[in-house]
Amino acid sequence: MVKYIIKRVIYSILILLLVSVLLYLIMRLIPSDYIDQSFRSQLNQGSITEEDIYRLKALYGLADNSFAGIMKGYWKWFTGALSGDLGMSFKYQQPVGTVIADHMWISFGIAMTAFVFQFIIAIPLGIKAATRQYGAVDYSTSVLAMIGISLPSFFLAYLLMYVFSVNLGWLPLQGTASGDTMGFDLGDFLLHMILPMATIIIGSIGGLMRHTRTNTLEVLNQDYVRTARAKGLSERKVIYKHVFRNTMVPIVTMTAGIIPSLFGGMMILEDVFAIDGIGRIAYQALQIGDIPLVMGYNMFIAILSVLGTLLSDLTYMLVDPRIKISK
Amino acid sequence: MEENKNDILNNAAATEEVMATDADFAVQANAGEASVAVAVPADETKAEKKPETKSEFISDNVRIVSPMKLVLKRFFRSRLSVIGLVMFLAVVIFSFIGPAFVSWEEDEVDYSQAQLILYEFQYYEDGDYYTVSINRPDDLNSHAPAFTYGINKNGEKALHLLGTDKTGYDIWVRLMYGGRLSLMLSFLVVLVYTLIGIIMGGLAGYFGGWVDMVIMRIIDILNCLPSLPIMLILGAFFDGSGLDEGMRVYFMMGVLTLMSWSGTARLVRGQILFLREQEYMIATDALGFSPARKIFKHLVPNVMPQLIVSMTLGLGGTILTEASLSFLNLGAPPTVASLGRMVNAAKEPLILSNYVLDWLPAGIIIIIAVVAFNFIGDGLRDALDPKMKR
Repeated sequence: MVKYIIKRVIYSILILLLVSVLLYLIMRLIPSDYIDQSFRSQLNQGSITEEDIYRLKALYGLADNSFAGIMKGYWKWFTGALSGDLGMSFKYQQPVGTVIADHMWISFGIAMTAFVFQFIIAIPLGIKAATRQYGAVDYSTSVLAMIGISLPSFFLAYLLMYVFSVNLGWLPLQGTASGDTMGFDLGDFLLHMILPMATIIIGSIGGLMRHTRTNTLEVLNQDYVRTARAKGLSERKVIYKHVFRNTMVPIVTMTAGIIPSLFGGMMILEDVFAIDGIGRIAYQALQIGDIPLVMGYNMFIAILSVLGTLLSDLTYMLVDPRIKISK
Repeated sequence: MEENKNDILNNAAATEEVMATDADFAVQANAGEASVAVAVPADETKAEKKPETKSEFISDNVRIVSPMKLVLKRFFRSRLSVIGLVMFLAVVIFSFIGPAFVSWEEDEVDYSQAQLILYEFQYYEDGDYYTVSINRPDDLNSHAPAFTYGINKNGEKALHLLGTDKTGYDIWVRLMYGGRLSLMLSFLVVLVYTLIGIIMGGLAGYFGGWVDMVIMRIIDILNCLPSLPIMLILGAFFDGSGLDEGMRVYFMMGVLTLMSWSGTARLVRGQILFLREQEYMIATDALGFSPARKIFKHLVPNVMPQLIVSMTLGLGGTILTEASLSFLNLGAPPTVASLGRMVNAAKEPLILSNYVLDWLPAGIIIIIAVVAFNFIGDGLRDALDPKMKR
């Protein structure tokens, strides 16, 4: 077990290294970098010269675009990252770690709440659909789940905005606070969070529901369920005591895999709803070529996804002792 | 789980034989796998007359149905898969044949001044009412409402079934071309990545050892790459490198292809790891077939059922990804119609609230296409393997 974990961790570190090199290389190869973009208008007006631009680039470590120069830049970033210093964000002029920490929690809050709601709604529905297979509940949830899976999130977001804020006027359109509120108003904030959360929940509930349904059906076919019924247990007891618990096994492991999406934020959704979460910050950083922030964000996500897969494998083994490690 | 897989594979393996031997009963019996040579009692099928006297040959009392027929029968029995098929055909007809019946072109701007002020909105400031007309009638016929007429480039009066968008394109015809682009790109991407997946998975599963090791590590790296940021970075890269705007979408789709084959490769590898232990593989060994023949002639066809299902479901997913990319302006150039970009118009609050036709129908077409593929994929999965039916 320990050996397996160590092996996995070493692999993961190697993979992360490769991913970071690749990312840095592509970022540096984008022809117009941060300095070019930010000073283009000044350069066109003639208020600064090419030499100034070059000096600035040298200052930001973007001047030398030969392969050796890029690798040197990478090495600088890498050694810094090892000692916990992810560099300064070009745009915010703050350490990348601080920027990420500043914007992470709102994304996390939204994702976490949406996740909890998703569980509360999807699992009972999935079980109901499985116990009444081919019934009305089953068909309607299947169809709804399928439509939820098939909805592009951005379209769903606009649809909800159109219905609930433009037409009905019940909910605010975008952002995290109304313009006229002073300070932090919790009620107002929550009101702003309803649409983004609804978008996430509707979009992802279908997958979880189908997952639950499939698992429940699988468990329902097991011998011990037949035994439980043969003993004369009430259907309620069979479902909630014998089936439900075993249904949870794959779902628990799935939860561990969800970690990266919890912290990673949703680029498109946060942009559509104008929420300054980590996804939107990263999206903007990508567009302006803020290399340290992009690197920091992507490595953050990559580490989380490595951890997520590792955790889900481990919980799988913990929850279900029948699973053995093959290698 | 394992047993289920077993069944699929047996089914699949025998499918080939049955197809080849034209469902001859003698051969069926030889094939041994009783579950495959499904004999339907004649009185149930109505296709053949029930013999009055009991025949001495068992083959007179049963009708042989090829597995393919069974699959089709099961597929069409499910209501949802038929709905999916109908939706798919509707989208195909709409987007491929539809443009022939519309008198507007994909990139044709309606320069007629057919519409005057379309929408006025009033606001109140400093004690005065101001009325603003959103349309600029002297420019071009933009934001025309549905069922109005414009003048196309042949000088004919032509109907805008769903009106025009901000730039004066006919929305109805843009939907058709957008759907066409979505379908074609997704088909292309899925076909190519499935091929790559088959080759990589086949090599990894068949050879094992270091080949397997290298390919699996590549897959690990691919799974670890955050795909959307990578696509965004590469989009900026292609933009800056002076690539022709019309070509960029193909490059982006190429990147998408290169990033999506890992799932297929895993599927193929897993199946082949299992299949290569089967008796008929030992037979191919004994016959001295080349590895290429063994992999692509004897192993891959047996993975086909799962591959078809994963391809159908993959099509839906790829349409979604393609739409997201064009939503982020990483797809086709503005003159080319694409559904994601049409939805993107809603980014402007004015269009979101006043011109629903600019973005809503495009989203609906995306949903119809994706739902269709998901229904078909689900139906196929159930049909190909009734025991897995959930």
